Amino acid sequence: MQKQLIKINNLSRQFSKTDKFALDCINAEIPSGKITGLVGPDGAGKTTLIRTVAGLLLPTSGIITVNGFDSIKEADEIQSIISYMPQKFGLYEDLTVIENLNLYADLKNVTGDERKSRFEILLKFTDLNRFTRRLAGALSGGMKQKLGLACCLIKKPQLLLLDEPSVGVDPISRRELWSMVKELVDDEMGVIWSTAYLDEAEKCDNVLLLNEGQLCFHGIPSELYERVKNRTFQIQNIEGSNRKALTTALNNNKVIDGIIQGNNVRIVTRKENIFPSNQELSSGINLKIIKVEPRFEDAFIDILGGGPGGKSLLSEKMQIIPEYNKDIIVTTGLTKTFGDFTAADNISFSVKQGEIFGLLGPNGAGKSTTFKMMCGLLKPTSGTARIVGYDLRTASGEARSKLGYMAQKFSLYDNLSILQNLNFFAGIYGLSGKQKREKIEQMVQIFDLKQYFNDSAGGLPLGFKQRLALACAVMHNPPVLFLDEPTSGVDPITRREFWVHINGLVQKGVTIVITTHFMDEAEYCDRIGLVYRSRLIAMGSPDELKSRIRSEIIPDPTLEDTFIELIRIKETQRQAT
Amino acid sequence: MNLFVILRRLRGLIYKETLQIFRDPSSLLIAFILPAIFLVLYGYGLSLDVKDIKLGIVMEDTAPTAQSLIRSFINSKYYDIHVDRSKKAFENQLISGKIKGILIIPQDFSKKLRNRGNIAPLQLITDGSDPNTAHLIQNYTQGVWQNWLVQESYIQSKNSAAGLINMESRVWFNSELKSSNTLIPGIIAIVMALVGTLLTALVIAREWERGTMESLMATPVSIVEIILGKIIPYFILGMTSMLITVLASILMFKIPFRGSIIWFLVLSSLFMFISLFLGLLISTVTKNQFVASMVSMVSAFLPTMILSGFLFEISSMPPVIRLISSIIPARYFISGIRTLFLAGDVPELFIFNSFIMFLLGLILFLITAKKTVKRLD
Repeated sequence: MQKQLIKINNLSRQFSKTDKFALDCINAEIPSGKITGLVGPDGAGKTTLIRTVAGLLLPTSGIITVNGFDSIKEADEIQSIISYMPQKFGLYEDLTVIENLNLYADLKNVTGDERKSRFEILLKFTDLNRFTRRLAGALSGGMKQKLGLACCLIKKPQLLLLDEPSVGVDPISRRELWSMVKELVDDEMGVIWSTAYLDEAEKCDNVLLLNEGQLCFHGIPSELYERVKNRTFQIQNIEGSNRKALTTALNNNKVIDGIIQGNNVRIVTRKENIFPSNQELSSGINLKIIKVEPRFEDAFIDILGGGPGGKSLLSEKMQIIPEYNKDIIVTTGLTKTFGDFTAADNISFSVKQGEIFGLLGPNGAGKSTTFKMMCGLLKPTSGTARIVGYDLRTASGEARSKLGYMAQKFSLYDNLSILQNLNFFAGIYGLSGKQKREKIEQMVQIFDLKQYFNDSAGGLPLGFKQRLALACAVMHNPPVLFLDEPTSGVDPITRREFWVHINGLVQKGVTIVITTHFMDEAEYCDRIGLVYRSRLIAMGSPDELKSRIRSEIIPDPTLEDTFIELIRIKETQRQAT
Repeated sequence: MNLFVILRRLRGLIYKETLQIFRDPSSLLIAFILPAIFLVLYGYGLSLDVKDIKLGIVMEDTAPTAQSLIRSFINSKYYDIHVDRSKKAFENQLISGKIKGILIIPQDFSKKLRNRGNIAPLQLITDGSDPNTAHLIQNYTQGVWQNWLVQESYIQSKNSAAGLINMESRVWFNSELKSSNTLIPGIIAIVMALVGTLLTALVIAREWERGTMESLMATPVSIVEIILGKIIPYFILGMTSMLITVLASILMFKIPFRGSIIWFLVLSSLFMFISLFLGLLISTVTKNQFVASMVSMVSAFLPTMILSGFLFEISSMPPVIRLISSIIPARYFISGIRTLFLAGDVPELFIFNSFIMFLLGLILFLITAKKTVKRLD
């Protein structure tokens, strides 16, 4: 019989009386011997739930027991049987690997021979043996994550709590960590793995899906797929633009969600086996519609009531960008060195008008550096970047008026209202008088900002912050739009909405350069540049890149497989030389 | 819980903290460089006694007695004397602040001096825009004048039997009236209040910022262990810093130390604990290094500077402020170590002061322990 390790009963948590509930009446049981995924976008309540389970936060109402211990009265007992890895891994960066391990061994009373053998196993397991004397702060993200895990495992816990262990870690390290945890789980131990990546959730034995403090789903992932069974299809052999096809599909009443996958379009239909006809899709006669396996995100979006449709008010209002017959972005030999560290090494590529160009790569690979040099925020050590013909070094003012920029973190003024932010950015881009008023009104209408008009931007829901940031970036009709991880942390619906706007803009002739961590978003790109160890190691359309690594073992690689494989090949080449 | 297990955890925490102290320059900067800067700045920069005050003497009388009086002014180490025949030039210099006062020896000085019973034959003009200095000049001039009179009468007494009433004043404990003797102990208190508070305030706020506190709390460690694991290493660091500062001030400023080391250790340990707990409380509440350092400045530095009796006499403060000053631990510490430095052991005072500091420390500890729950909210 399966042991229920954690019992959560009517759990609610409110941070202050006026706030909305961070957790709203959660009921769940979490078994031992399984990996339970705690899934949901940022701000859904994942961390709050984990902390409450660990006895670090008190419930406002309701009860949690871990192995029979009450989280309020018996927090000490709970803390002696769990291990918890918080988001920043909880490592002392100024201690070495071995000193960190020793500290946690002392704290968990693992001594003598037991300590020795445990260290040996863990260091081998995490492949950190070579680095025992290195300061934890000097480790890469992936290694920190492994060390964090090792510190958690010094004494085998009955419950392992991992709070977004894969955030800020590249796909390769994510996979490694997953297989490590998978290997560890046995009947004696339960794992809670919180993540914002829905593809990770698919692999869990068990899933709790949270959205805005509410538990949307609790069960095994396959149950979740049941609700979207026979409703997921791929449209292949599209003639003409796949973006247009997606827009048409999304505007069709039979479709609730759709995304681009390379040259194809993937849709989720409202009812089982009822999909739009070829005429309705009007994308050529060779159109083929194939049923595909449902995914976690399909179900999530279905639970949330479907995607936002295909209409982008933004692109409807946007002026068409005049045609530019040369490459609109050209970078030649972009190089940036910081001291003796080369952050970007001889990066050259060009982007045509109306293209979406994606820069992908592990953390610290140099994509942000490249990105910043392209939009004139960082001066290249050598090489040039040209936007619409302007050299960013000599004519940065003109070049910058041609581009819109949305930064990685929400970079608007938190304590200004929506209107004040819009006013400020309109002013910066040289709009004034009637033109400015009209433009602002337009933005408010397009992004539905009226309801929060006078609220300060800092207090907006994440989805609205992001809309506002996009509004500020596009207000001056820039022909080129730079987006630095624009969708990290937002829920799938908001992400869909965002991409609907982007697709619309591209159809108006806007050129997009984007960085992202989400592989399914990379599929939207016309071309991808893969940055690794400061160099551009591969470039091409998603389908081209996939075909490069297609083999008998991986007949139908995903973009993530492709990404990992290309880096692996590069790494073996590097080690060979 | 097994004591042995607790001790191992504590040892682990202390060892970790020690490693961090030596790897992170900021703790060492706070513990050793900050006191040095304070000692030099305040020790040399802040002085309540005045040397070489520029004083102009108008010599309208040139008789030998007047000459002799001027010589004794010139010989005084307090004055930098300029002599002129007319008042005119000095008046301008006084207005422009080049000299601080004018002493006029009138034409009939020696004549009036011979005829006793006349009014004082000297005129002193001082710059009232700087009342402190003006007051000093007044006192010093009076002193020089009295001295001179005594000397003169001694010389004259050989001739005549007429003696003067001779007042001999003696200052106890700080016979040279060197202000640094009373200031340095106060500076030590200020530095230690700041060092102790900053050390713990910053390191614990840092653990919150870096997320390590969260993982510590999810281990079986108890809150008392976490507190002790911080207090013990920083107590040692803080006391080392205190001893070095005291030693340096004795050597640099030639200040006497007349009390016993034991009492010094008792008083300063109590004070150090209070400062460390205050820092702990601040960081627990703020959880942010920047805010913690600002709050430390305001809550440790300012009251110690202003309300401890270091610079400003408590008995001349309004009653409300006096009441507030009675809960400022530095007040008891400063009065204690000043006595230790200048007077020696006064057990009654030390016992009283230690007791009050102990009480204040206990209250602070209780508040800290109540605030530092093993939870994130």
